[in-house]
Amino acid sequence: MKDILITNARLMDPASNRDEITHIYISNGKITNFGERLAATLEIDGTGLIAAPGLIDMRVITGEPGYEHRDTIASAAEAAMAGGVTTMVMMPNTSPVIDDISLIHYIERQGAETPVNVYTAGAVTKGLDGESLTEIGLMRAAGAVMFANGDKPIINAQIMRRILSYSASFNALIAHRPIEPDLSKDGVMHEGDLSARLGLTGIPAAAERIIAERDIALAELTGGRLLIDMISAQSTVDVIRRAKSRDIDLTCSVSFNNLCLNDLDIGDYRSFAKLDPPLREEADRQALIAGVNDGTIDVIVSAHNPQGAGRKRLPFAEASYGAVGLELMLSAGLTLTHDDNLDLMAFLRALTINPAQVLGLERGQICEGAAADLILIDPNRPWHVDNQTLKSRSKNTPFDRRRLTGRAVKTIISGEIVFDLDA
Amino acid sequence: MSLPTASIDGYPFEKRHCLAIRDFHRADIENLLALGAYYLDLNVQKSPDNSVLRGKTLVNLFFENSTRTEKSFELAGRRLGADVISMNIGASSVKKGETLLDTAATLNAMNPDLLVVRHGSSGAPALLSQKVSCSVVNAGDGMHAHPTQALLDALTLRQAFDGQIDGLRIAICGDIRHSRVARSNVALLNMLGCEVRLVGPPTLIPSDADRWGVSVHHDMEDGLAGCDVVMMLRLQLERMNGAFVPSKREYFHFYGLDRRKLGFAKPGALVMHPGPMNRGVEISSDIADDPNVSLITQQVETGVAMRMAILHGLSDAQDRQKGQAELLS
Repeated sequence: MKDILITNARLMDPASNRDEITHIYISNGKITNFGERLAATLEIDGTGLIAAPGLIDMRVITGEPGYEHRDTIASAAEAAMAGGVTTMVMMPNTSPVIDDISLIHYIERQGAETPVNVYTAGAVTKGLDGESLTEIGLMRAAGAVMFANGDKPIINAQIMRRILSYSASFNALIAHRPIEPDLSKDGVMHEGDLSARLGLTGIPAAAERIIAERDIALAELTGGRLLIDMISAQSTVDVIRRAKSRDIDLTCSVSFNNLCLNDLDIGDYRSFAKLDPPLREEADRQALIAGVNDGTIDVIVSAHNPQGAGRKRLPFAEASYGAVGLELMLSAGLTLTHDDNLDLMAFLRALTINPAQVLGLERGQICEGAAADLILIDPNRPWHVDNQTLKSRSKNTPFDRRRLTGRAVKTIISGEIVFDLDA
Repeated sequence: MSLPTASIDGYPFEKRHCLAIRDFHRADIENLLALGAYYLDLNVQKSPDNSVLRGKTLVNLFFENSTRTEKSFELAGRRLGADVISMNIGASSVKKGETLLDTAATLNAMNPDLLVVRHGSSGAPALLSQKVSCSVVNAGDGMHAHPTQALLDALTLRQAFDGQIDGLRIAICGDIRHSRVARSNVALLNMLGCEVRLVGPPTLIPSDADRWGVSVHHDMEDGLAGCDVVMMLRLQLERMNGAFVPSKREYFHFYGLDRRKLGFAKPGALVMHPGPMNRGVEISSDIADDPNVSLITQQVETGVAMRMAILHGLSDAQDRQKGQAELLS
């Protein structure tokens, strides 16, 4: 295996808060030295580039198994590498639902075919029915890193209580979407001035807050490990900020879409901006950015959800939710560090060491002896997005035709260069 | 009266589609209303110049059932000399899984000139307009817009108030939340300088309606005070059984229009309703049928004239575009 020396790169490692210009030496798939100009078979000039740990995306939906025309694990991995993502967690809402250890093994085998580190989230209820618990202990032993109910909330509070209570004995992480089903019934976008004008049924921000508060109370009651999966509203950020001052094992995530866009991006019924959670108002977006900056929000996810054009090019209310994000998340976030007040180190932290710690993975940092999963970022590289050039099999994105600033130029996984923008 | 063109003060009507009031500016609206007033003259309407749409094809594409709007467009198209076909898609292709854009591609291959669309989803006609090469008229989409109804209401008001409607105080009452007519009327009446009020129970008024440039009232006495016109909206029967309001009886008691409540408005105030009416639910029969108060029959009558004007305007704009393209080539 060849060794690589990256010279004069700006090393940004959120785990240690290191931010300095140095040389990084990689051999045998590991990072072994900093600062010395050791002889290497390959030398990369890192001048003007940022070296950061490879990104960990905790929320990826592919179509595999069941809807391979949308995306396979292999095609999603291509998109991930182009977007600087070196580790991804697959959500269980496939067909069949990943609610059994044999299916976890299947995802792992498919994942092993790609250079990207692939982990699985197991379903927390059988077939995502929201009622009967799956074999959380066995699936955890088989390698599931967290448990989720896909995009469906668990309506019954008693069941949610049992899930949190039972899973606590395995130290299993429960990721749950904060959605109050009756308040968001038939809703297709944020409830506000724009939804009223467009004549579309809205989802009030209170629908998110109610379930977030319920789940926090249940986590406090049971001692379970709760991840509030993708928040979108200012009021939910406030709820979580307050709850974190108490002794609760509580984390939360946000989709990069909600950091970058607001409900006005729907404009004249653009169904490509129909997302779940919905894009909310500018005040909500600003509150989410502030939440990432101050650490209230632990994790940023791509919410990668490939959907074919046939499911998107429909009247707004009938179109599917979701957008692809693996390839775009880093660039869109870097653009925010230029144009908005997102802190670059906080942004990287929410994509590296934080998800690694939440999931219990020894990844997400650059230090001596760590696996050489790292990315080189050109923070000023312009990108005029053309959705047809995206690597995912589905091209559904609200960022089509947008101008972004900053991109991953090289992605290295276990010491191998797996993506090179300029190659 | 000679045949007018859709042009006032040298400003021609250039719009390709009629999708929502907000796509028009004041001059466009004045063009259409002037043309509508011309077609209101029964002598003109009954023996119109049928060369206006001669050789053009009008397709009525209705994904939702409607009698009055569909027939009114059909009549308007025929009177101006167009070939008119009506398709009720609700019953056929959609059930076979054909998407809206497939239907659009199929229709486009038949080369229609004007496409009149009603659809249950907000924004569907706008989506369709991006995929077809003809003019699209929105005949009502979901809870979004019904621009031709708003235009005919404005024309009815102009007739009733001798052309002067700026400064009128108009109350729109009832189920605002689910009403596309209300949304289009708010946009148009605001543009024409009326003072618009929305009156209804809080469950039937969108939460951010006060940002539409209107005042919101939950009490009829308060909302109707000093109004020149009271526009009632239809309450869908399925929304009355406890979901949005507790009962028909309670709704009529607080929000149904009867003589007593009409008395809160300015003396001589007029009443409108886009139809079909629920007599005894949102409006009492003696008001609906009183010709001194009710403009409801006039609204239907104006409907055909206004739709003739809209079709005429769009067709003129098409011809002008074509003429310019030929000059350039």
